Order: sequence, then structure tokens, then C-alpha cells
Amino acid sequence: MQLALFLIFGVLAVLAGLNLLAQRHPINSALSLIVVMLSLAVLYWSLGAEFLAAAQVIVYSGAIMVLFLFVIMLLNAGEEVRSKGSKVASLIGFPGAAAIFCVLSFAFLSERDKLGMTTLGGDLTGATSNITEISHVLFTSLLLPFEVTSILILVAILGAVVLARKEL
Amino acid sequence: MSPNLIAILPEIVLTLTAVLVMLADASLAPGKPRRLLGWVAILGAFAAGSFSLWQLRLVDASGPITAYSGTVQVDAFSVFFHLLIAAIVMVTLLGSLDYFAPPAAMAEHSETARLAYTHVGEYFALVLFGATGMMFMTCSVELLMVFIGLEISSISTYILAGFRKGQGVSAEAALKYFLLGSFATSFFLYGIALAFGATGSTSIAAIAAGMSTTHTPVLALLSVAMILIGIGFKVSAAPFHVWTPDVYQGAPAPVVGLMSTAPKAAAFAVLLRVLFNAVPTLRATWLPLILALSVASMFIGNLGALMQRDVKRLLAYSSIAHAGYLLAAFTSTHPEAVASACFYTAAYAAMNVGAFLVITELSGVDETMRTIDDFTGAAKSRPYLSGLLAFFLCSLIGIPFTAGFFGKFYVFSAAVHGGFTWLAVLGLLNSGIACFYYLRLMTALYSRPLHGEVRGAMARVTPSAALGLAFAGLATLALGIFPGPVLSLVQRAAPKTIPIISSAPSSSATASLTNGQ
Repeated sequence: MQLALFLIFGVLAVLAGLNLLAQRHPINSALSLIVVMLSLAVLYWSLGAEFLAAAQVIVYSGAIMVLFLFVIMLLNAGEEVRSKGSKVASLIGFPGAAAIFCVLSFAFLSERDKLGMTTLGGDLTGATSNITEISHVLFTSLLLPFEVTSILILVAILGAVVLARKEL
Repeated sequence: MSPNLIAILPEIVLTLTAVLVMLADASLAPGKPRRLLGWVAILGAFAAGSFSLWQLRLVDASGPITAYSGTVQVDAFSVFFHLLIAAIVMVTLLGSLDYFAPPAAMAEHSETARLAYTHVGEYFALVLFGATGMMFMTCSVELLMVFIGLEISSISTYILAGFRKGQGVSAEAALKYFLLGSFATSFFLYGIALAFGATGSTSIAAIAAGMSTTHTPVLALLSVAMILIGIGFKVSAAPFHVWTPDVYQGAPAPVVGLMSTAPKAAAFAVLLRVLFNAVPTLRATWLPLILALSVASMFIGNLGALMQRDVKRLLAYSSIAHAGYLLAAFTSTHPEAVASACFYTAAYAAMNVGAFLVITELSGVDETMRTIDDFTGAAKSRPYLSGLLAFFLCSLIGIPFTAGFFGKFYVFSAAVHGGFTWLAVLGLLNSGIACFYYLRLMTALYSRPLHGEVRGAMARVTPSAALGLAFAGLATLALGIFPGPVLSLVQRAAPKTIPIISSAPSSSATASLTNGQ
């Protein structure tokens, strides 16, 4: 069951990711990104990280993608135009992506035997629900990072005011 | 007061001041002068620095303070960087109080000056918020907290880089810095995730313990490499330096002075803690990477600077080279590496903030003086400012009786003691190359003007800016003549991370292993 889910949604995520790159119109790319995000959510869920899966759907597929579509709509962006720069980008980008893929797959494959023993917890493995775990950690040992994130958001709001406000 | 509050008191003070400045700015009528807000911000930075000194007395009396379940650790190391960051912020704010033209004189100023002036309150608030993030970076011993601090400091600097609204280069600088910076931060975050995968924790003490017992050494290596890439971008070490010249060229000059020193100091603090406290067992692996970064940064920085005509781009390449010199200190053993690296960050901060403040005063918000040709003959009309710039350039070269000399001396002797004499020789060779372009700028200042008259802002240096310049100049001179007090602080700064015996998965093993080291 888990293997079947992984195969279906893993392949779907990779295909949608490639489609995102191949599409010339920004709307089509944004819609492919939604497929990638939702497939990743299913993968997280199948690993027992149900909180992460829910957050992925709500934050990425919901909030961020709506924002993307609004921006594309407001800018009235048309098809992208190929320039000299985009040729150079693909010349460097594809080998770079392939190199990162090779390094990561080498690292994970060489540790294959030990990684099998790692369990992420969650309902599927019979441990406590990871929402309980996360909320416990968030309000005990990681309380300070959680609270300081508010400064981060404040800075972002301030930046939006400074850079985007219409000048009088 | 609870120990938790004492440990993050400087950060709390800075945050409250920044919020106060932000709210006061919003309630002031547009067009009203905002100089007072700048003074409030300077006072806030001063208070944060004073509280850090008070923390140092507590640390001396009763050892390092840990707080928030081992997220934050206050020790001589964190206090040193807190003081450094507070000082940089104070000098930058002093130098830029009158950078944005007041409304009375607006008629003779350009559109850029007017646009920037409307956001001057937000400018002060953003500088303080950024400093809060940097201070959190230096006192955190939990990588997630480091990450949040890094994001706060980075996002504030992205915004500050784009403060000259309405100018193409400024928008380019902000956007380029933002996109590349987010890309680099994602490497740092991936590194933290892999470290968690290899050791089961994101706390530095627990990672140190877990590294020797981990079942997945390849993941551990990959995590160190990823963290190194993320930090390498933040300190603009080659080959992660490509953003530096464009961003420094487009950002306002006082902001460049700030962002080439304070966030870099904080990033180096993180790197010191991670390399020497979390993964000292992997030294054989990260040492070649550090060597490669150091050599590449020195050569690319200095050779790149030789070809620049734009003064801000020239100083950008010089800052890449200085990151290379600083990384050379990492080849030494623990206490000496930390001491020399800390001293060098302080020396570099003093002279670089000073150099950019002089450029701020010379060229003004419109930056009419850009290339070396524009600076030619500046000494005739602005003798004091030119003399000060020449002094800071001498320090950047590393001439004795300036901060730069002792900085380079300690860094290269650390490399020699670490057994890397060839690295020190390469460093000295590079200092020789660097002489060429610094001296070219210096001789240009004292040559006959090319166009008969020097363009640029002719406004008088205001008393506050003069105070900032004097502070930077005296710091550069003092570090070059009496390095003793700072040296005695950095020599006991070498951080030791105290293991937390609570959340780590194998807490008994954690405690015994770390005590053994």
C-alpha cells in the first residue's frame, strides 16, 4: 500500500516538476506547482507526518499558490521570451541539478541499510501522534525560536511597506 | 529577573526600541523631521551594548548562562559579538542620521533623496531589527534558533539594500540579494535537516555527541558541507561571492558599511561555533573545504578588485578577499583560531564601516561620485575626509599602527601555528596584490582633478556624522596601537558548548562524551 502510494505520487511529483520547467506560460507553471505540492503532501502523509502534510496543503497549495496566481494576474504576465540568459541558465542549470541529484542519491543510497531503521513516528508506526509531539516541543524546548519568529514576520511587513507603498 | 530574560536582555532591548521607533514614525506627520527617532535608535543600540557588558560580569562571576532549555548560551564569545554588532549599528546610525535629506533642503535634492526620506523611520527600525537577528545568531547554540536569527538579519538587509527607491541599480541589488540569499539559506536549512537526520538533534552540544556515534557518517559530512555553503554565501567567500559586487554597488553606502561587517561577523560566529563545537571530530573533512574557500576568496577577491573602476565594487571585491584572510584563521587549533578570527572581525569592522562612511559623506545619497576618476582630486576640496579615507585604506592594506596590521598578523600567525605556512605565505602575497588597488585609489585622491573640479555632495559634515567617523577612526587606530584589551577578551572567548541533559535522545551518552572532550 505504502509502496504503491509512493510510486504513484513520487512519479507524479517528478513529472509535474518537469512540466513546470517546460511550460512557457506562467499560469501553466503555477498549476503544475500545485500538483507537485499536493503529491509531496501525500508522500509526507504516507511517512506518518500528518501535520506536515496538512500544513503543506494549507500553506503551499492554498495560501502561497493563490498569491502566485494573483501576482501573475495583476502583472498580466504573458508567455516568457527566450533570451541569451535563459540559454546560459539551462546550460549551467541542468548539469548543476544533475550533480546535486547524484550527490544526494549517493549519500542516501550509501546509508540505505541504516536509514531503513529510522522511523519518523506518527500514527502509522504506533507512536504518539506527531501533532502532540510538535506542540510539546514548540512550547517547551523550542519556545524561543517560535516566539522570535514574530520579529521575522514584523520585518517582512515593514519591508512590504517600505518597498511597495505608493509614494505621495 | 529570571535567567531566561537576563540571557536575552540585549535582544529584548533592541526589539522594544525598534518597535517604538516604528510606531513613533507611523504617528508622526509625513514631512516632519525624524532625527530624534535616529537618536532613540542609537540610544537603544547603546543600551543593548551596555547590557551585554553587564552580562559579561555575570558570566565572569558564575560561568556561562544557558536559557530557554539550552537554546541560548551567553558566554564571553557571545558578549564579544554582541558588543561588536552594537558598536557597528551605533556608528552606522550616527553616520546616516542626516543621510536622507531633510524636507527643508529638499528642493535642491533629487527625487531619490525625497523618496528615501519618507521611509527614514523604517530605516532606523530595520537596522535595529537586523541587529536583533544577528545577536540571536551569535548567542544561540540551537541551529533552529540560529536559522531564525539568520533569516531576520538577512531579510532586513535585503530591504535595506533597496532603500534608494526609484533607482534601477538599487532595485537590482535588492532583488538579486533576495533571490540568491534565499537560495543560500535553503542550503543552510538542508544542512540542519541532515544534521538532525544523522544525530537526532539540532542542538550543538547534542550534535557534537552524536557525531561520534552516528550510524550515517555520509549524511553527517553532507550536512557540514551544506552548512558551509550557506554560511559561505553570507560571508561572501568565493565561489559563493557572485552577488557581492552588484549588491554593494546598488545599495546605499552606509547600508553597505553595515552589511559588509555586522551580518558577516554574526555568520563567522555561527561558523566558529558549528565547526569547533558541533563537529570538531570531522576536522579532517572540513579543513580541506575551508582551505579551498580561503585560497579561492583571497585570489578571486584581489584579482577581481584590480580590474574595478567603480569604488564600491572595488571595496566589494576587497571584502571577498578579507573573508579569505579570515577563513585562514580557521586552520588553527581551537582557542587560537577563535581568538584571531574574532580580532580580525573587529578590526575589519572598524576600518570598513569607516571607509564606507567616508564614501557616504563624499558622494551623498545620489552617489554622484562612483568611479576612481570621480574621486580624483577629492583631497583638494575635502581634505579631512580624504585624509580619513586614506587612513582607512592604509588599515585595509595592513600598514603597522592600524587595526588591519594586527588583524592580519594574528590571522596569519594562527595559520602558521596550525601547520599551514604555505597558506600564510599565499595570504601575504595577496596582501601585496591588494596594495596595488588600494594605493591606486589613494593616489587618485591626492592627484590633480581630471575635470577641473570634483563633483559630488558638497554638504558640510554634520556633527553626528563627524562623531561616527571619529569613532570608527579611533577604533581603527586603537586596535592598531593598543590591541591588548580586545585581545584579552577574545582570548578567553573560545566557546565551549554546555551539554543540555534533557531532550537529547541519548542524554547520558551526550553528557559523558562532551565532558571527555
